[in-house]
Amino acid sequence: MLNFSNSKVLSIYLIFILISIFSLTNFINIENSFLKKKINLGLDLQGGSYLLLEVDSSSLEKKRLQSKVVPLKKKLNEKSIKFENFIINENSINFKINENDFKNFEQILNIKGSNEINTFLDQYNSFELEYSKNNNEIKIYLSKYGVINLRSAAVDQSIEIVRRRIDEIVTKEPSILKRGNNRILVELPGIKDPERIKELLGKTAELSFRLVTKGEDEFGSEKFIITDSKEEISVSKRIILSGGNLIDAQPKFDNLNNQPIVSFSLDRLGSQRFGRVTTENIGKRLAIILDNEAISAPVIQDSITGGNGTISGNFTFQTATDLALLLRSGALPTPLSVVEERTVGPDLGQDSIEAGVVSLIIGFILVVLFMTYKYKVFGIIANISLISNLLMLMGILTLLEATLTLPGIAGIILTVGMAVDANVLIFERIKEELRNENSNIQAFDLGFKKSIVTILDANITTLIASIILFIFGSGPIKGFAVTLSIGLLTTLFSAYFISRHLASRIVFKNRDNKITI
Amino acid sequence: MINNFNFEKNFKLANISSLFLVLASVFMIFFKGLNFGIDFKGGTLIELRCDSENIQISDVRASFNNLNLGDVNVKEFGKKGDYLIKFERKNFDEKNSIKIIKETVKNKLQGNIDFRRVENVGPKVSKELLESGLLAISLALAAMLFYIWVRFEWQFSIGSIIAIFHDVLITIGLFSFLSLEINLSIVAAVLTIVGYSMNDTVVIYDRIRENLIKYSSLKIGEISNKSINETLSRTVITSTTTLLALISIFILGGEILKGFSLAMIIGVIIGTYSSIFVASPILKYLNVSFKTISKEKEKN
Repeated sequence: MLNFSNSKVLSIYLIFILISIFSLTNFINIENSFLKKKINLGLDLQGGSYLLLEVDSSSLEKKRLQSKVVPLKKKLNEKSIKFENFIINENSINFKINENDFKNFEQILNIKGSNEINTFLDQYNSFELEYSKNNNEIKIYLSKYGVINLRSAAVDQSIEIVRRRIDEIVTKEPSILKRGNNRILVELPGIKDPERIKELLGKTAELSFRLVTKGEDEFGSEKFIITDSKEEISVSKRIILSGGNLIDAQPKFDNLNNQPIVSFSLDRLGSQRFGRVTTENIGKRLAIILDNEAISAPVIQDSITGGNGTISGNFTFQTATDLALLLRSGALPTPLSVVEERTVGPDLGQDSIEAGVVSLIIGFILVVLFMTYKYKVFGIIANISLISNLLMLMGILTLLEATLTLPGIAGIILTVGMAVDANVLIFERIKEELRNENSNIQAFDLGFKKSIVTILDANITTLIASIILFIFGSGPIKGFAVTLSIGLLTTLFSAYFISRHLASRIVFKNRDNKITI
Repeated sequence: MINNFNFEKNFKLANISSLFLVLASVFMIFFKGLNFGIDFKGGTLIELRCDSENIQISDVRASFNNLNLGDVNVKEFGKKGDYLIKFERKNFDEKNSIKIIKETVKNKLQGNIDFRRVENVGPKVSKELLESGLLAISLALAAMLFYIWVRFEWQFSIGSIIAIFHDVLITIGLFSFLSLEINLSIVAAVLTIVGYSMNDTVVIYDRIRENLIKYSSLKIGEISNKSINETLSRTVITSTTTLLALISIFILGGEILKGFSLAMIIGVIIGTYSSIFVASPILKYLNVSFKTISKEKEKN
């Protein structure tokens, strides 16, 4: 155990230097992609906002089923299948058909390939819709995978929209990730007050332009109250333009009264349709509906054919800016709600770093003093091993570009306390062996050999706990698990190689003198 | 220095007091309950700093009145002028409520008010955090049970698991007794205690296993006693260095790490005690002997 070949010694210290040199890159700036690596500070240390958003997908299912109604009716008519009692429930479409039409009906839903009603989801090997028959009553509903597909598409789409909205207002690198099936995790470093962002993310921003009707029209109508004037209007359900037709939106000031407005440009299709509708309906009013609220309903003065228009509605410049941003970024498929929020101000983060660093230094000094007092020369070996341990820990954290949190700093301090354990186990064992053995070399050799089993057993148990903590822990706690796990590994390396090598040097020098530990 | 204390003599007394402490902890946890933080109960936490000298804690409390927040818990937090406010906000789910609270409080209190930390955990998330916390602890216990079972014999598994339950229950019982808050970092602390206590137990068990082979004629009680004595100085030194580091965090690490480091300090002390006075006697009660180990050797 005590014989180290030159090549072994060389590789031990080479590994040590290669790893620990990365701890230095945190303090210097090098324009090299590999040496640029740094330990990231968690939001609790640098300050920032952590938002967990949940996609509310319950309304999606009904919407999805509703979108099937028109093509389904069309198809039934095409095949001359008579249906009655057609009802759309919360999560199913129900209607009655004749018994002998059932085969014909099944064909509509069961064609793979280009089935515009019942899409075949290749990745799940399942249809989107399922149906059941009770006497002659048909019930069509989303299949299990249909629901999963719908939700995951909604989350993916939401992430895209959330990213666009956040990128417009946040300067520091935000992190936006999918969490589980229906959540989005947003981390915003440097954001002290997330209220505006929460407001922007809380709106779906579904925009539609619809004509104001006098009475009923063929598409049906619904009542809205204009937000500012409190006037009640009846609006057609037919959507002339939706937010999807917008290619740009910007806040501007109205030339006439200097009021803030939002000007928008439409895509080709939207321009054509907008031009046609405004030409045909001069004198009528066009309602602008955003998230089920009527912003305004101006009278169409002239046909608008250029594909540009404006929205006015008693905005402040701030609300006009926000609305333009929302319209530019597109509509969310469904509302998002904030289910968890944690915001730390930058000065608290700074205080936490200082407190963490001070307690790390003091804890380190206490341990070093205690070990020197207890083991003298060998205490110094343990301390060298402890320092190299910390350097390697920092190096690996940098290489992984890990995120350091306040509990993570606690994990490092705990590593300092527990890292000497391996050395203590070794020294105590050697002490025992020195009592029985005459040869120093023999005693050290046996001491290392016997203690290493215990060290492995003991550290593996702690490693198990911290790995489980890493898998199940959330946020800052993960940071604790990371530093503790890596700390355990570097501890094993430094005790087994560095302490052992340094100890062997001393033993070989004093092979005939009495060694006390 | 060779230690030669008679631990065996005290096993009974220690076990009775351990049993008493565990029962008292379970009693506490069931009847007094645990002081769950917002992580597990849901609710809102606000840490604020006022720079005005004239503000009293009662002013801070008063500024949260009339917001219909239910029970508002206000306490001083570290430095003068720092306050920690917690409330559950059961019947209040306006989307921008935090905004309203911040504005109201700012208007009511004089001087500069700095919102240093705002945390809000919804009921669904808090339930999930609690579940995943309990799952993590149970899984850690199961994984260790398995590891010890593979590395040692089943008797050792039982001994170490009882020791861990002992440590975790008493630590949580103390938290209940002192009404200290249980939050995510306490779960991390408990898991670390589990790891530490196991680490400590394994060191003694390793020695017991070694000595069972070496002194096959001695009884398990004597072997335990011998092994504890042989590893005693390591036990003391490691506990000391770990405690030195933890006490440094407790005193200097800031308010946020106080609960975590306190739980760890309690856990390290109890964990050290339990590997000597809980894990070792159990081997005696389970009649572990040289045969227990040699039987396994023959099988292999």
